[in-house]
Amino acid sequence: MTKAPVISHLGHLSRWERFRRAFIRWWPMYLMLIPGIIYFATFKYAPMSGLVIAFKKFNVKKGIWGSPWVEPWYKYYKQFFGSPANTRIIGNTIRLSLWKLAMGMFPSLIFAIAVAECKRRWFARIVQTISYLPHFFSWAVVYGICLAMLNQRNGVVNSVIRKLGGEIIPFMTSNKYFPGVLVGSDLWKGLGWGAIVYLAAIMNIDTSLYEAATVDGCGRFGQIWHITLPGIRKVFVVLLITKVGNILDAGFNQVYIMMTDEVRMSGEIIDTWVYTQGIGKLNFSLGTAVGLFKSIISCGLVFFTNALARKWDSALW
Amino acid sequence: MVKSKNDLVFNILVYAIMLFVLLVTLIPVLFVVSMSFTPYAELIKNNGFVLIPRSFTLYAYHEMLQDGKLVHSMGITVKVTIIGTLSNLIVTLLTAYPLSRRQMPGQKMLMRLIIFTMVFTAGTVPTYMVVKNLGLINTAEALYIPSMISVFNLIIMKAFFEGLPDELFEAARIDGASEFGVLVRIVMPMSLPILMTIGMYYAVGHWNTYTAAILYINKADLYPLQVVLRDKIRATNANVLSEEVVPPETMKMAAVCFATAPIVVVYPFIQKYFVKGTLAGAVKG
Repeated sequence: MTKAPVISHLGHLSRWERFRRAFIRWWPMYLMLIPGIIYFATFKYAPMSGLVIAFKKFNVKKGIWGSPWVEPWYKYYKQFFGSPANTRIIGNTIRLSLWKLAMGMFPSLIFAIAVAECKRRWFARIVQTISYLPHFFSWAVVYGICLAMLNQRNGVVNSVIRKLGGEIIPFMTSNKYFPGVLVGSDLWKGLGWGAIVYLAAIMNIDTSLYEAATVDGCGRFGQIWHITLPGIRKVFVVLLITKVGNILDAGFNQVYIMMTDEVRMSGEIIDTWVYTQGIGKLNFSLGTAVGLFKSIISCGLVFFTNALARKWDSALW
Repeated sequence: MVKSKNDLVFNILVYAIMLFVLLVTLIPVLFVVSMSFTPYAELIKNNGFVLIPRSFTLYAYHEMLQDGKLVHSMGITVKVTIIGTLSNLIVTLLTAYPLSRRQMPGQKMLMRLIIFTMVFTAGTVPTYMVVKNLGLINTAEALYIPSMISVFNLIIMKAFFEGLPDELFEAARIDGASEFGVLVRIVMPMSLPILMTIGMYYAVGHWNTYTAAILYINKADLYPLQVVLRDKIRATNANVLSEEVVPPETMKMAAVCFATAPIVVVYPFIQKYFVKGTLAGAVKG
C-alpha cells in the first residue's frame, strides 16, 4: 500500500487503522453507549438464546444446555395445536386484535379530522387535552371504571336500563358481551391519543392546497376527501403495518386484568395462556414454544406488510 | 364568503363529534369520582347511579387509607417510579445521543440491532428466565431494570437530537469541549421538552406497571399499587362466598381515584411539553 498524501477519505487505510482512528475520534460516544448495549444484550438478545428450550425438555437442575432435546422436535407445537381449546385461543386473539385494530384506527382518524377542522381553537384544544387523559390511566383503573359503569348489580348502565324497564345485561360476566367490553374499553382509552399521529400528519399538509381547493369550488367534505385523507395516507399505512405486525398481541395487560373465569372462553388469548401455563404452571418449554410461534408470525407479518407497503411507496424503513 | 348548506352540515358534524368525544371521555370519570364521595347508603339506594352526590363524604378515602396493603403498595410504586424514571432517562439519553450522530462508525449497525428487538422478541418465558438467573425475582429492581429502555422513546429522543443544528456541535468542539461536556452543558438544556415528555412516559409506565409485577414478583408485600388495586376492585366479583371482607363499592372507587390522582395532577403541567415532543417524534418516526 502506498502512502497517500491526502487524508481526505479513509478508504486507503487498513481496517485496523480505520478502527483506531474512529476510536480516537468517537471513544466518549462509545463509552456512553455501554449501559444501553449491556441492556439490549442482556434483556433482548440473551433471552433469544433461551429460545432453544422450545425444543428441549427443560429441567431447572440441568439448565438450558444440559436439558435433553425433545422427540420429535415439534412435540410442544403438537401439544399446543392438537388441542381444540388452544385453536380457540388463537381465534380469540386474532378476532380481538382485528377489532381493536379497526376501532383503534378509524374513530381516532375521524376525531383527528374533527379537531383539525374545528374553527374554535380553544374548544378544540380543551377537547383534545381531555381526550388524551384516559391513555395515561392504568388498566386496573379502567377496569374499575368499567365495573362502575357496566356491573350487573349496580353499574350505571344497568341502572338506567332497569329504570327504563329493560332486561339487565351481564357485560362483564357473559361470553357474549365480554369481547365487546375489551374492544370498547380499549377504544375509550386510546381514542384521543391515537388521534395525535393523524393530527401531526394533517398539520404537515400544505395549507395552500386547501386554499386552492376552495378556489376550485371544493366544499369542506370535498377538501377532506381530496386533500386531508390523501395527506395522511402514509401515516395510516405505517400505523397499519405496525398494528398488523402485532396481530397476535391482543393486549395481555388489559385481558389479564379484566378477565374472570366466567369469560375465559371468549377472553383467553395467547399471551394470557402463555403466562398461566408457562410461568404459572412452570411449563417453561411449552410457554417458550408458543411464545416463539407468536414472535415468528409477528416478525413475518411485519416484513410482509412492509413489502406490500413499499409497493405503495411508504415503507416503514 | 357565502356558506353552502353542505358546509353548515359539515360544521355541525364537527362539533357533534367533538362534543361526543368530550362527554364519552368525561362521564365515566365523573361517575367514578362522584361515587367515591357518596355515602355508601345513598349509592345502594340509587343502584349506583350517582352523578352528583346529594351528600358528600370522605369516608371512603378515610377507610382506604386505613388499608395497610394499599398504602404500602403505593410506597413501593412511588419509590420505583422515582428511581426507575431517573435511571430510564439517564440510560436512554446516553444511548440516544451517540446514536443521533450518523457519522459515528457502527451507528447504523447498532440502530438495526435495536430496531430488530422491536420486530422480534424472545417472548415472556425466556425473558423471565434471564431475570430469574440474574437474581432479580422478588426485588423492586425487577420492576424497572428489564424495561430500562423503551425503543420507541429512544427513537423519539434520537430524532430530536438529529434535529439540533450541526454548527452547535462543531462550535463546541472547536472550543475544546468534550463530548460529555457538550451533552451536559449544551444538548441537555436544549432538550428539556423532549426529556420532560419521555420522563413523563416512563413515569406513567412505572406508576401503571402491572405485567412486570405479576411476572417477577410473587410476594404479596412487594406488590406495587396497580396489582393491589386490581385485586381490591375484583374482590366482590371473584367470589361472593369468600371469607375476606369485601370493600364497599365507594372505597373501590376511592382507590381508583387515588391511584389516578397523581397523573391527573401532573398532567396539565407536562401536557404542553408532551404534545410538542410527541408531535416531533411522530413526524420523524
